Amino acid sequence: MALVEAIGVRKSFGHTEVLKGIDLEVERGEVVCLLGPSGAGKSTFLRCVNHLETIDAGRIWVDGVPVGFRSANGKLHELREREAAHQRRDVGMVFQRFNLFPHRTALENIMEGPVQVLGRGRAEVRAEALALLERVGLAEKAGAHPAQLSGGQQQRVAIARALAMKPKLMLFDEPTSALDPELVGEVLDVMTSLARDGMTMIVVTHEIGFARSVADRVVFLVDGAVVETGTPADVLDNPQQPRTQQFLAKVL
Amino acid sequence: MASDTRTHDVRDELVVVPLSHPWRWISGAVIVLVIAGLGWAMSEARIQWEDVPGFFTHPVMLEGLLNTIVLAVAAQGGAIVLGVVVALMRLSANPVARWFAVGYIWLFRGLPVLLQILIWFNLALVFEDISIPMLFSVPTNVVMTAFVAALLGLGLNESAYMAEIVRAGLSSVDEGQTEAAKSIGMTPMTTLRRVVLPQAMRVIIPPTGNNFINMIKGTSMASVIAFTELIHAANNISSRNLEIMETLFAAAAWYLVMVSVASIGQHYLERAYGPR
Repeated sequence: MALVEAIGVRKSFGHTEVLKGIDLEVERGEVVCLLGPSGAGKSTFLRCVNHLETIDAGRIWVDGVPVGFRSANGKLHELREREAAHQRRDVGMVFQRFNLFPHRTALENIMEGPVQVLGRGRAEVRAEALALLERVGLAEKAGAHPAQLSGGQQQRVAIARALAMKPKLMLFDEPTSALDPELVGEVLDVMTSLARDGMTMIVVTHEIGFARSVADRVVFLVDGAVVETGTPADVLDNPQQPRTQQFLAKVL
Repeated sequence: MASDTRTHDVRDELVVVPLSHPWRWISGAVIVLVIAGLGWAMSEARIQWEDVPGFFTHPVMLEGLLNTIVLAVAAQGGAIVLGVVVALMRLSANPVARWFAVGYIWLFRGLPVLLQILIWFNLALVFEDISIPMLFSVPTNVVMTAFVAALLGLGLNESAYMAEIVRAGLSSVDEGQTEAAKSIGMTPMTTLRRVVLPQAMRVIIPPTGNNFINMIKGTSMASVIAFTELIHAANNISSRNLEIMETLFAAAAWYLVMVSVASIGQHYLERAYGPR
């Protein structure tokens, strides 16, 4: 079974239907990039996978578990927020606006999940957190508060914070869209090395170059529906749908 | 040689007259005169200044001081706890809880504190016993001492203000912070305790310090129900020796001491939660 399976996912905000029946499978170790014009529902879909949004119809499974539900006696029971929190432990998320905790240092941001959520000992968590900072190239910034870091550094700390929970799946919601152009590369480098290490990733991005070189599969969304899907070579270099051709002509 | 003048420093040739500020001198002199006049008037007044230090440390005054501090701290502490609860109700998804919070704030913020203290103190006139059927029952006039009535009157009024302050603080924290906390699997309680409240404190502390200073002075209203706080203590002393102003000045000095200490405490609290 695929790590992520989404079938017929629908979501409306008020009278606007943002997702109109999305089907998507992501295999273990696969990197999937969601592309498409803004307002296509890419971010909303990603947030549904982590149950930050509740879906109106359809189903999403992560590692065989229905997101936002507990199955018992042949029925799906909606989860309480506390139970939903338990499900989210296995899924890491990186936000466009970083959302680091400003009142804690880089190291404390990374330690927060394992210590407060998993209840693990500070000493061993600290060692792991320092190793994660090393991995994202910020070992010397352990004691810095987010306000003292550049956008690119903050986003790398945010990636480390998500990794500290040892997630099965990482979700990236336009991780470089809020960055100055010269800082984009350092974040993409970290994501690339993460993909090389076999992490399963769903990435909402406008970085076509990143999608081309790192993604195993590209999914092109327009108006809440999947228009085209395939390898980067297929979708990016040889798009079949007019809407995809139109979009790529503009961004490439 | 006209071109030579340009190489000279212009200040060598032209005298600079600094701007004068005559009104600064005049207004400054007026202020000093007014203060000196007030000081002279005070020294001429029929006040036994030498008696004030004695009243300042009079045992009755010290008892009043202790009672004032206990009442102010207890009322403010209770108000903070209640305020957080009411603020959470005000922000909750449960419409009944939201309406209750709105009504609570409307009622306890809307009535004068003095009136609330008097109502609590006279509760025995309308309720003989305070009871929850089958659980407990106590006579109202045993429970509703002057201290309890003042505590309820001051604390409940303050809790309505605290609810609004806490709500403003919680709302000031970016929604992205809650989402980030959720994304690492935090429960709502942990998110509140570890992420939202610490950041809300920056917004909550300054008005709370302000309110606590008000609370210190507000305890004086408990004197109308004969609770021995500072003003009632001053009255108790002066009823024997008729040195009304001297005892009131001694009480005034204590208020200024307490408010000064509270201000310093607020400064350090703000610094502890301030921006980094």
